[in-house]
Amino acid sequence: MNMLQSQNASLAPVAESVPAVRVSQLRKSYGALEVLKGVSLDAHDGDVVSILGSSGSGKSTMLRCINMLEVPNGGEIAIGGEVIRLKETRTGPQPADRLQVDRLRSRIGMVFQSFNLWSHMTILENVIEAPVHVQKRPKAECIEEARELLAKVGIADKADHYPAHLSGGQQQRAAIARALAQRPRVMLFDEPTSALDPELVGEVLRVMRALAEEGRTMLVVTHEMGFARDVSNKVVFLHKGVVEEEGSPDDVFGGSRSERFRQFLVR
Amino acid sequence: MDFPFLCQTLLTLLPGVPLTLKLALSSVVLGVFLALLLALARLSGIRPLAWISRVYVFVFRSTPLLVQIFLIYYGLGQFPALRHSVLWPILREPYWCAVIALTLNTAAYGSEIIRGGLQSVPAGQIEAARACGMSRFQVFRRIVLPLAIRQALPGYGNEVILMVKATALASVITLMEVTGLAAKLISETYRAIEVFIVAGAIYLIINFVITRIIQALEHWLTPHLRSAPAPAVVEQGGPA
Repeated sequence: MNMLQSQNASLAPVAESVPAVRVSQLRKSYGALEVLKGVSLDAHDGDVVSILGSSGSGKSTMLRCINMLEVPNGGEIAIGGEVIRLKETRTGPQPADRLQVDRLRSRIGMVFQSFNLWSHMTILENVIEAPVHVQKRPKAECIEEARELLAKVGIADKADHYPAHLSGGQQQRAAIARALAQRPRVMLFDEPTSALDPELVGEVLRVMRALAEEGRTMLVVTHEMGFARDVSNKVVFLHKGVVEEEGSPDDVFGGSRSERFRQFLVR
Repeated sequence: MDFPFLCQTLLTLLPGVPLTLKLALSSVVLGVFLALLLALARLSGIRPLAWISRVYVFVFRSTPLLVQIFLIYYGLGQFPALRHSVLWPILREPYWCAVIALTLNTAAYGSEIIRGGLQSVPAGQIEAARACGMSRFQVFRRIVLPLAIRQALPGYGNEVILMVKATALASVITLMEVTGLAAKLISETYRAIEVFIVAGAIYLIINFVITRIIQALEHWLTPHLRSAPAPAVVEQGGPA
């Protein structure tokens, strides 16, 4: 299949021309249901890409394919120019090289809809877990950096609390700090505010806006139109597994040609 | 009540306590490792392994422990190959036969408790671990196992208590643990009620201590289920 060949990253001429994330012709099916029907997307360093779409459009699936939480049936994912190698198995496609996937994942921060903090660890332990145990950095340095990150997301005083002791908004900010502690090249956000009470959404969006302003590369699956319009520099609208609209927020929100996107906005 | 006789009985039975504890401890410690292996085999997704585990659990849970003890103690000696093997010095000892039978038996129950614990680990937390680049083993070691242990501990405590009581069956293959000594004393004195009351009280005290130890362990392992540290205000929990 076309996804099997590997690409020699060292041949890439200029660093800037290599997208931080390149999704090409991505296809994903669950049984007979085809969720993604050839989706392509580039995110360069510093891009903040909002991925919109109604439920069932495949937006979360696409995001989860980027770090191989879902393995695509076709197409290619490249992180910083390095193509993730896949192989066909009896039960479907699988990563050809687990070590490659683990290595790439260690520099992709992921923020989940339901936070997914490790419930048996304190917030500080959650934040230092990947730097210490995956990236093997010195623990003291990681703790120091973790405290800075917790201060940055506004929950420095919660370092020694357990996730269950925090509000949803605080948990999600802790999860963002945990992802940042990986010193990620790319941050993936999978509907980060969808599980929050309305009054807690703002605190999380403020943190995300601050990250965007410091030039982080972010791919954000979201229903927050304000964030998509004001913070991102690129908007992608997925509908039934294909990219229906793509462009700058002004273009997409301003004069969208897509009838479906206009309908989506009205709802 | 004949207190001097009760005291005398207690002094007669107490020397059996170390053997009771040794039997229980060895079989629980060995059994938990076997139980973990069985649970992992069952959840491995590898069909032959899962079936071996299923059959094992079915056989050992569905037959009486007493029958298992008899089979190992009286049955194994029937095989000349075993009698001449290097294992015979172990297998001819009633102590080791009892430990083996208790271990095999508790492993069957324990594997079901551990399997429940492993399956209760929230998928999202496993996903978060994979997403940050942990290897399969790291995910298991750092996330799945610690959460599973916390989940399985109360159920496993129950199993430990059952094992302490099950050691009484070792008396039927000549072991002089608490129940063995009690039976011997009764055959000498014909005072079954007093002797068994004292024997029962000894088990009661042992299990009281064990219950306390397990409670302490549970308390120590689950700070995240208690209320927040002192000065903080406990805010509403997250929706997920």
